[in-house]
Amino acid sequence: MVVAQQEKTGAFQVLVGKIDDVLQYAIGDPMRYLANWGRLYSLWPVHLETACCSVEVGAAAGSRFDIERFGTLEAFGSLRACDLIIVMGTVTRKLAPRLKLIYDQMAEPKWVIAMGACSITGGLYFDSYNVLRGIDDIIPVDVYVPGCPPRAEALIQGIVLLQEKIRRMPTLGGR
Amino acid sequence: MPPTPPTLEPIRAKAFAAQIASRFPEVKVQWMKERRLKVTSSPLRMRELGLFVRDNMGFDHMSTVSAIDWIAKNELEVVYFIGSSTPGQEDFILAISEMVARDNPVVPTLIEVWKGAEYHERETHEMFGINFQGHPDQRHILLPEDWNDLPPLRKDYVSPGR
Amino acid sequence: MTCLRFARITSRQGDDELTVESEYSPDSDKIMSVSLGPQHPGAGHFRIRLWLDGDYVVRSDPDPGYVHRGEEKMGEYRNYIQNVPHLERPEILDSSNTLFPYALGVDELMNSKIPPRGQYLRVIMSEINRIISHMYFLAIQGYFMGHTTMITWCMGDRDFWIDLGERIGGARVTFAYIIPGGVRNDIPSYAIDKGLKTCDWFDKRMDEYEKIFFDNPMVHQRSDKIGVLSRSDALALGATGTVARASGLSFDVRKDEPYSSYEDFEFKTPVLLQGDSWARAYVALLDMREAVKIIRQALKKIPPGQVRLKLGPQPRVPAGEVYSRIEAARGEYSYHIVSDGSPRPYRLKIGSPSFKNLRVLPHLLRNVHVADIPVIYWGLNYWPVSADR
Repeated sequence: MVVAQQEKTGAFQVLVGKIDDVLQYAIGDPMRYLANWGRLYSLWPVHLETACCSVEVGAAAGSRFDIERFGTLEAFGSLRACDLIIVMGTVTRKLAPRLKLIYDQMAEPKWVIAMGACSITGGLYFDSYNVLRGIDDIIPVDVYVPGCPPRAEALIQGIVLLQEKIRRMPTLGGR
Repeated sequence: MPPTPPTLEPIRAKAFAAQIASRFPEVKVQWMKERRLKVTSSPLRMRELGLFVRDNMGFDHMSTVSAIDWIAKNELEVVYFIGSSTPGQEDFILAISEMVARDNPVVPTLIEVWKGAEYHERETHEMFGINFQGHPDQRHILLPEDWNDLPPLRKDYVSPGR
Repeated sequence: MTCLRFARITSRQGDDELTVESEYSPDSDKIMSVSLGPQHPGAGHFRIRLWLDGDYVVRSDPDPGYVHRGEEKMGEYRNYIQNVPHLERPEILDSSNTLFPYALGVDELMNSKIPPRGQYLRVIMSEINRIISHMYFLAIQGYFMGHTTMITWCMGDRDFWIDLGERIGGARVTFAYIIPGGVRNDIPSYAIDKGLKTCDWFDKRMDEYEKIFFDNPMVHQRSDKIGVLSRSDALALGATGTVARASGLSFDVRKDEPYSSYEDFEFKTPVLLQGDSWARAYVALLDMREAVKIIRQALKKIPPGQVRLKLGPQPRVPAGEVYSRIEAARGEYSYHIVSDGSPRPYRLKIGSPSFKNLRVLPHLLRNVHVADIPVIYWGLNYWPVSADR
């Protein structure tokens, strides 16, 4: 009698456990996959031209290296509708608090690409009095694209890498 | 060694220097080349010199304003580079400069002579700490608003990375 | 209704707390102060503080400095050859023209005579860069007017010129080609053929630009008589480059003091008299036509020989002072180099044309509609990175 009851409890527990797994497998995982799929194919960058790498972003957005085919199109609505900030180049001490403000104003989920050597470590301007040595002191960076300036194809590789990262995101919330 | 080019006789520069010297005899000529002339005057006579150079000699196009920190001589030098739109003189750049002490450098502004000098003087003010008397607005133009250190282009300011 | 007139940070770096001084004007319920800030599709790396009365701009105040990287101070810590990479970054669209006056100044200090092939290659690279810069200018000028065909065409066609520059210089936008002593390397023969083909194709392409953009009635409506700068104002404010030439001042350093064998080439300086935004954009197109003529002449009759003088990694420059200038895409680019005999410059002053033209902006942004601001602002061909250095 006791054994049979234990078996029944065991089977019930296992069944409930299995339903949890099944729900996660059937609904949670596909939902997360769908959400990530939607996010990575519509990354809208904030229009913040930081310094001289912006000419390569301009060339990347042009008709030869078209980043719009990856879904990254320059949206000119509000800052709060964007989810990607490409820090193109040197961040000076005057721009740094504004950059933090812009990053804080964006709605979650949001990602940061540090483009160019200046935004990774200060780059060519490491000994200048007015330059931040890398932006990862003030905002968290997801992808680093080195170069001075990086070729437009390198920026596209950086965006594709970010898309791979978003595809593998484990939580629905965004981090 | 590649051959040096033949030096051209700076005829026009000498004529301009003579014209300035006829009215301002205390002005010193520092150097002259075929298309360049640099003269040094005192800060008190700078405005008059500027007006003379603009009205009587046809130098009416402001090129740029620079400053040099001669720390060994304990002086700052403010240089105005002026071009001309008069035909026949368009290639000539006249440089008029003034020397001030490093401790409390005050010079008159030349905005009334060349309006385009406004932002150049603002930049020279914030980079060297020179006070342009009569300038309407000496805020920071390139440096951050809350810059707290020495003026950066002075020789005793050392860049933090060095 | 009170309105915020200004807010200024009064605390210094290192203070314990941030203090802000602000002033409210109690009775001006008409003037609103707005910031066309550093994050704006129509501004770039730049901020304009505007005082608006409804749809009209009453006053404006440009606020540069967001990309001030301290190039002049850095120039004093590096020797004359080490200065080459960072000195070409201020005006990266036009990078060879940023290095050209520096190279001319150092050559003048060292009294060196550049071999003729090196001079011709400098001219070719300078004109290619002029076209690259003007294409970006026209692309964004069309874009700010809503003419998206212009931006896609110009950005796409600009890549052909960047490819040509890459075949000569090695990198995409930062060629670092014109250095003190000559140019870095010789031009390969396939680049000469490609250059001539690009010139022929581009002449026809510029006719198409005229048809879709410069003869377009919508573009005329948005830029004719907008932001008119008179000749006397342009002279007094120190305007240079396309801004000056669109207002009737015929300043062109290539013609006034020919440098680096420009006297061998036949070209004209386009000057227009209207002084409005349309004229400033059209002068850029005419400049590009003349640039194509120069490139074709230079590629056809380039003399053989050396391209560079052997200078060594740390050249000793004799003491002296020099003021060298060239005609960059945006205007007169000048360098004031003071040397005291050591391998590093004593003072390196960069006179960028964008900073010289900046004074024109608050003069023009008065009594205009808000919608005209991007057209006027970009029409001055103002590149904030170059003005801030």
